[in-house]
Amino acid sequence: MIRALFLAAGLAMLSPPAMAATQAEAEAALAAAQAAETEAIAAKAAWTPTEAALAEARKALASGSWDAAKAAADEAQALAKLSVEQANEEKTSWRHAVFR
Amino acid sequence: MRHALVAALNATCALLLAMAPAKADGSTVPEAERMAFQAFFFAKFPQVAKEDFGNGPYAVNEGMRKQWQEIMQFPPYELALDEGHVEWDKPFANGKHYADCFDNKGEGIRQTYPRFIAASGQVETLEGAINRCRVENGEPPLEPMTGTMASLAAVMSESSRGKPFAITIPDDPRALAAYERGKEFFYSRKGQLGVSCASCHMSPAGERMRGDILAPALGILAGMPIYRSDWGSMGTSIRRISTCSSQTRALPLQADDEEYRNLEYFMSYMSNGIPIVGPGTRP
Repeated sequence: MIRALFLAAGLAMLSPPAMAATQAEAEAALAAAQAAETEAIAAKAAWTPTEAALAEARKALASGSWDAAKAAADEAQALAKLSVEQANEEKTSWRHAVFR
Repeated sequence: MRHALVAALNATCALLLAMAPAKADGSTVPEAERMAFQAFFFAKFPQVAKEDFGNGPYAVNEGMRKQWQEIMQFPPYELALDEGHVEWDKPFANGKHYADCFDNKGEGIRQTYPRFIAASGQVETLEGAINRCRVENGEPPLEPMTGTMASLAAVMSESSRGKPFAITIPDDPRALAAYERGKEFFYSRKGQLGVSCASCHMSPAGERMRGDILAPALGILAGMPIYRSDWGSMGTSIRRISTCSSQTRALPLQADDEEYRNLEYFMSYMSNGIPIVGPGTRP
């Protein structure tokens, strides 16, 4: 039993981390984030932190840091989607704030 | 004594304006909305004279007002005004002048901008009109946020000092739509911080946000263009609005974006009756 545990631990150390992103995954994440941001800009709803996260993702991708690139791109995509969601919600809810 | 009289006058105005009618379906017409908007500020700041609202934070905070009075011994926009007068008088390559593009040679008309232009079906700001004048006379447009544009806007504002905002909404459904779109922008939460123009410049007006005193929305554009210490330079209304966008962590729109122009139209209409005091200065 103990031998089996040591064997499993050894194999785990030899294999790459399960969550490590590949270049293709990072590039796909960045493309998805850019598409989401394009939609946000078209809706005039974009946020500056989204742009910052996109810039960070591009920089990481250029330096070959796939994990960092994917993480930043995922964050940018989430922010872009939230900004569009906010704009859609405000299409009606702004009326509640009007002083009458 | 003066404060007591102003407070009594404002209370009376607020009471009368609060009685502004609304349509049976709950919607309101622009004039009723303007009256309700102004009544809110007259009630919130009973000690502030109507004529003083254009001075923004200096009208509602005594400490800042004292600093401002010191600053105004040597107004920081004077250099821009000097530059603006030189530019205003300089002929275009075709021999014409800015004055040839405007009513009354451009004197004392700033309070009527932004305007709805029937030919384009859109709102035109003062800076937009200056650039249209240039383009129609074969000159390249100016950068609309600062520099020479701000200096020219300062010249036009100076000639309108004391004249109350007189923005009109012509009997044209497109003009009313522009007003409504401006209103929507003003009250819509934007940016990652999720705040609207109203979030800062209505109820919290006069309160502190970090190091700043929030200016009341009423009259906020009457002091434009401004020399802003934070910028270290002059800026037009649109530069200030664009900065507000950034402060909410929203990506600013293009300077001449229709949404910004509509916003200016709405905000200026809300301030009808408040005298122009620009060019101004801000922290």
